[in-house]
Amino acid sequence: MRPFSFTKAGDKATAIKVISEAEEGKFIAGGTNLLDLMKFDIMHPAHLVDITGVALKNIEALEGGGLRLGALASNADTAYHTEVEKRYPLLSQAILAGASPQLRNKATDGGNLLQRTRCYYFYDPATPCNKREPGTGCSAINGYNRWHAIFGASEECIATHPSDMCVALAALEAKVQVTGPDGDRIIPFEDFHRLPGNTPEKDSNLYENEMITAIDLPPKGFSENFTYIKNRDRASYSFALVSVAVGLDIKEGKIMEARIVLGGVAHKPWRNKEAEALLENMKSTKKNFENVADAIVSEAKAYEYNQFKIELARRSIIRALMQAAKTEE
Amino acid sequence: MIKPKPNQPEPADFSVEKREVNLTINGVKQEIEVEVWTSILDLLREHLHLTGTKKGCDHGQCGACTVLLDGTRINSCLTLAVMHEGAEITTIEGLAKGEELHPVQEAFIEHDAFQCGYCTPGQICSAIGLINEGKAKSLDDIRDLMSGNICRCGAYNNITKVVQEALERSRT
Repeated sequence: MRPFSFTKAGDKATAIKVISEAEEGKFIAGGTNLLDLMKFDIMHPAHLVDITGVALKNIEALEGGGLRLGALASNADTAYHTEVEKRYPLLSQAILAGASPQLRNKATDGGNLLQRTRCYYFYDPATPCNKREPGTGCSAINGYNRWHAIFGASEECIATHPSDMCVALAALEAKVQVTGPDGDRIIPFEDFHRLPGNTPEKDSNLYENEMITAIDLPPKGFSENFTYIKNRDRASYSFALVSVAVGLDIKEGKIMEARIVLGGVAHKPWRNKEAEALLENMKSTKKNFENVADAIVSEAKAYEYNQFKIELARRSIIRALMQAAKTEE
Repeated sequence: MIKPKPNQPEPADFSVEKREVNLTINGVKQEIEVEVWTSILDLLREHLHLTGTKKGCDHGQCGACTVLLDGTRINSCLTLAVMHEGAEITTIEGLAKGEELHPVQEAFIEHDAFQCGYCTPGQICSAIGLINEGKAKSLDDIRDLMSGNICRCGAYNNITKVVQEALERSRT
């Protein structure tokens, strides 16, 4: 790790002021991803601003029926929070599918959104990587790309976003509250992360020196018909090859609204609203679910070693929809 | 200028900011001066010579460095000591009461839940954290909730048995 200087900030205003004045500054909270990357010499901030003393740990009800997750609430406290378990079980399930208990105890909700890709070329400073060092090239595109994207990738980068929590947050249409030198703003979840395009070094649309303060969940939690399926190389403590979050609103045997978001397949949680709309006013039959799955994977593009992900995604979508709708085979 | 000894690296030509941090470690309150980049793991091992907590991967992948921070299990390798002013840390050295072992330590011996022993301090702290959390109900839950601790000797069967037994005992 390279040397850095360190400040503790006790409130938001101080945190923003310190980071704006620092050269190559970074916020640190849980630190489970940032410190790992600093040890590998992938990230090397010259200054760290510790924001764990800022009062953003609470999970509280919002007027109008939603729930606000403080940016500094731990992943574990969020997943096991009674309101989250009861009203947003999809989120709880997704969080618990990720990382290990030790990491979930430390990792924060805001930090979960900002975790970086697990592309092994990104993690290896001996290889070219446009995300790590813009302009050097992508080692994955013609390399061993088994873990990589099948949707929305570019010639510059085929990395995937590693979060499970974010897949559920995308399905729930959460809103990200942020603050920065130019004040507060709200970013809809689908606009928070970005596709790589020709600037893969940017993971999100957060401006420089902005910090996440909260994640707001809308009232609708899909707590009756939901599921999170995560396919990975071992049963626990491994990143997703393909994951699927599904939330269905079913009334009198008909689907009113469907949310289907995939993880482990793109630079951001992958959602196809046109495909979701195919289920509106439809019955929960396997045939209907197969049509949607086919529509979603029709846009997929595989590389040499991740061809299997397309069929895995198709089958996972069908199974997730069947589970969420409680449809029998 | 002092010449480096043969086969020794030259002294580093940089310095890292230092801070005082107050921590209660295994019940002993202490003020320690550390460099800001020092992890809790390095503080325990290098500064306090509490070498029971192991450095396996140093990247949060193996769980050998698991300690209890204010009663909660964490990877001590992935957190900075300076970020924990006033915290209470319990390591494997702080579990026994004198000659009397912690029940989970006792159970590890009784069930032969280790071979080389390198992962054991982390496994034991993790098991105590799991019991404190109170979320494991079945054997599958235990396997899932102990998956942050790798055992390369493969003593998982007996580790799982120990945790199950300790969990049942903690309920009665």
